[in-house]
Amino acid sequence: MSLALFALLVAAGSFGAGLLGAVTGLGGGIVVVPMLTVLFHVDIRYAIGASLVSVIATSSGAASAYVREGYTNVRIGIFLEVATTVGALVGAALANVVPTSALAILFGLVLLYSAYRSLRGDSATADVPPPDPLGERLRLNGSYPEAPGRIPYVVHRVRLGFGVMLFAGILSALLGIGSGVVKVLAMDRAMRLPFKVSTTTSNFMIGVTAAASAGVYLHRGYIDPSIAFPVMLGVLAGAVLGARLLAAADAVWLRRIFTAVVCVLAVEMLYKGLTRGV
Amino acid sequence: MEQVIGRLLQTGVVLASIVVILGGTLLLARHGAEASAFSVFRGDASPLRSVRAALAGAVRGDPRAIVQFGLVLLIATPVARVALTLAAFAAQRDRLYIAMTALVLILLLFGLFS
Repeated sequence: MSLALFALLVAAGSFGAGLLGAVTGLGGGIVVVPMLTVLFHVDIRYAIGASLVSVIATSSGAASAYVREGYTNVRIGIFLEVATTVGALVGAALANVVPTSALAILFGLVLLYSAYRSLRGDSATADVPPPDPLGERLRLNGSYPEAPGRIPYVVHRVRLGFGVMLFAGILSALLGIGSGVVKVLAMDRAMRLPFKVSTTTSNFMIGVTAAASAGVYLHRGYIDPSIAFPVMLGVLAGAVLGARLLAAADAVWLRRIFTAVVCVLAVEMLYKGLTRGV
Repeated sequence: MEQVIGRLLQTGVVLASIVVILGGTLLLARHGAEASAFSVFRGDASPLRSVRAALAGAVRGDPRAIVQFGLVLLIATPVARVALTLAAFAAQRDRLYIAMTALVLILLLFGLFS
């Protein structure tokens, strides 16, 4: 395949990934690596490098809007970024010793979990833990805009949230994904932040987490310009259009289609990993 | 503060995209007909593995280096955001958050330049 055709096809696929990722809220990054390795036979390390770059582009693009609307809690963001950046550097170091077939298997499992979460939807349990005094001491509690004023909230289980974020950082670096699923898990379930605050703050942090490992991977040659440029531009264009379509599109059906794609890619990644085809 | 952070993120992404589009167009114009081969990892042999190499190559007009420099700008965008947040906490004399933000910034710079 010529480089021009390769770039065109990769850009088209990345556009679709960014579009569906934005509309369904799952993020396009999660399908970019399997798409590149399974469909285009790209080495998983190049795929991870390209995916991380696209993750930074979409999260920074989206975060620029959210921050200005006042949903993002910058203190919580910085506090948890300590965990995710440490995790990302640990993950980038681990990537040196973990065989690529193990990465593929781990990726397959994360894809299956994301599909499961996406289908199961939100079913927050009724028992709310008591507010964490650590949240008060770290001044993490805040408020978010909701007509006619601002609604205050308190944070719960700060240590648990921090620990889960460490894991999210490791996963982000190892697999080249934003791991928004794990980040929202930490902030929604563990710390019990309001939905809008957790999703926007998670988005705010994803770029920083990805930048930590992308810097390391730049030195290792994971970021190849010929692969990264169609991926970055495709995912970004798809995500921008997806955000516009968000209100109009039938999210239920798109979510089902995207989940089906994620499941197929999960099986492919598991197969590749188990047969050492990566 | 929030306005400035939002504007910075947006500017970084737009600027990086322009550089990447420019470099990508040149790359395809010059090397588009060559065969693509990415199934074998040869990253350790790539000359564009540092911020400095990407910048030097981009100045020379090498299309691959221009793309890489655009990608470096993109990676630098969240780093600049953290630096700006640090300045904001410093202005508020918020010691705890100055320390946390400085730690995140050091970790990011360590990854990017080590």
